[in-house]
Amino acid sequence: MPIEKKKLIEMYTTMVRIRTFEERAAKEFAAGKIPGFVHLYVGEESVATGACANLRPDDYITSTHRGHGHLIAKGGKTDRTMAELFGKKTGYCKGKGGSMHIADVDIGMLGANGIVGAGIPIAGGAALAAKMKGTDQVAICFFGDGATNTTRFHEGVNMASHWKLPVVYVIENNLWAMSTRTTDVSNITNITDRAAAYGIPAVAVEGNDVLAVYEAVGKAVARARKGEGPTLVECRTYRQRGHSEGDRQTYKPKEEAEEWKKKDPIPRFRKKLIEMGVLTEKEADKIDQEMLEELDKAVKFAEESPLPDPEEALADVFA
Amino acid sequence: MKEINYMQAQNEAFDEEMARDPSVFLLGENVDTWGAAAPSTRLIDKYGPERVRNTAISETAILGGAIGAAAAGMRPIASIMFVDLFGIIGDELINQLQMRYMFGGKLKLPLTIHTGHGAGVSAAAHHSKSLYVWLMAIKGLKIVVPSTAYDAKGLLKSAIREDNPVVFLTHKMLARLTSQVPEEEYLIPLGKADVKREGSDVTVVAMSFMVHRALAAAAKLQQKGISIEVIDPRTLVPLDKQTIIGSVKKTGKLVILDEEPKTGNAAGEISAIIAEEAFDYLDAPIKRVCAPDTPVPFSPVLEKFWIPDEDDLIKAVTEIM
Repeated sequence: MPIEKKKLIEMYTTMVRIRTFEERAAKEFAAGKIPGFVHLYVGEESVATGACANLRPDDYITSTHRGHGHLIAKGGKTDRTMAELFGKKTGYCKGKGGSMHIADVDIGMLGANGIVGAGIPIAGGAALAAKMKGTDQVAICFFGDGATNTTRFHEGVNMASHWKLPVVYVIENNLWAMSTRTTDVSNITNITDRAAAYGIPAVAVEGNDVLAVYEAVGKAVARARKGEGPTLVECRTYRQRGHSEGDRQTYKPKEEAEEWKKKDPIPRFRKKLIEMGVLTEKEADKIDQEMLEELDKAVKFAEESPLPDPEEALADVFA
Repeated sequence: MKEINYMQAQNEAFDEEMARDPSVFLLGENVDTWGAAAPSTRLIDKYGPERVRNTAISETAILGGAIGAAAAGMRPIASIMFVDLFGIIGDELINQLQMRYMFGGKLKLPLTIHTGHGAGVSAAAHHSKSLYVWLMAIKGLKIVVPSTAYDAKGLLKSAIREDNPVVFLTHKMLARLTSQVPEEEYLIPLGKADVKREGSDVTVVAMSFMVHRALAAAAKLQQKGISIEVIDPRTLVPLDKQTIIGSVKKTGKLVILDEEPKTGNAAGEISAIIAEEAFDYLDAPIKRVCAPDTPVPFSPVLEKFWIPDEDDLIKAVTEIM
């Protein structure tokens, strides 16, 4: 079934929104306005966008340390996201989570996570709740190539597979686990091979092609909703920036970075939409401009928002 | 009233709470079939495999799954056989259970971690620890350490109803210990200590199995004319400081009996609280009667030497009289 024009434009807009957010976050971080660490999603926007385009507001996602894109793709607002990065009272977590732990449970976003792979069993648990309550909600669990080597991956995928939980594992294989290639620390060269160990289907897609991600994750989500269990979807993509801001990336071959820059998911989708007649250059430019303006407002909101009261540190330990 | 043991009491608590609230469920290793000593016995027959979920040997997925399920509106009970296995679930305990705080208070995480602990059955170092202080160091976690069947039932029901993560520690040495419990439903709130024996000369604070050692020592000391007040905090977080301080005001003397090694244990924390908040009422130094700073040994003779007993407590009390 062809994808509706409106959906395609939404996907383009989401990708540009994430990119613009990330570039602005980099700028504000460099200017010293964002404390802590920031891990940016530049170059991988097609994965969160294509995957979350299959979800309903009541579905769940778990995210990673590189989580702004997942939050925005699930429906998070750029102003409250930016305010959280700034450590402000108006941020999604009232300034208690920051970039690396940002969450909005109201839209089913169960958290970015400072621990690699920690979201894997948690997504399974959310999917278990859906199954036990008899809803047809699903959970998408985002994680990177590095997380596939953790205990959490083995135990979490094994349990979810056995119980046929409605969870979809979306692996963002961006080639680098910080500064280590996963293939340098594991015998497994194709991550999808791991699915055989759990008796679940797996598919690898070009992660920088948002429509390929949308389609593959869409099939996996439909399968999960029908109660047929998890699927592993490997999205091959590339982290264009450092592991976190400030990383000089001396370990990355220049040619590799240049080659992937040519495969940047946003210009290629824009070109495709223009070829398809979904957007004109002018209309695409307008979206780009609107996102720049939205981010100007988001930064202004973050800057002008109050800081939390210091005593706020004492609240919310227990319900 | 009826007489039931510590494990039966927990079985009743699980049963009553599962009957009351369909969002309560149990997951863990062997929770469906394990023998009569296990608190989940026969629940599978009544609630089926959907709510008594037997799992692989995957502690990380058990607790991680419970966290996700709790975040999505269920009320899971994660069974982790022994507290000694908590090293495996370190990330979930110290990083993931803190979701509520890190998300700015938007979320409730109603889950219970049920686990066994304690020395005394020659299970050696991998199956005999208590780790109270590890647990106390984790923020956002309540800790229940019941010493009787009566307490176990009422506290476990409260733990399951709690909208926060709670770890419920059941001591191996207490499994067959019986108490009178009411036929009708009762709850014991978390954070309320129980004076297990009233006395006037020395306050002894003890948890779980050590409560019984303290009571045995108190009976012997009574014969020597020394009156011991035994306080059982019942929960380490929240800790009922006021009951302990109130007792110290009366007796002027405090001994803490803790089955864990002395360095960095719960007794140290309680000592510090009393030294800080009730120093003026103390007539003698605070004494800590604890296990030595070693792993738990295997051979019965070694283990007996290792676990603090009545004689150790009597000696400490006598020193400050």
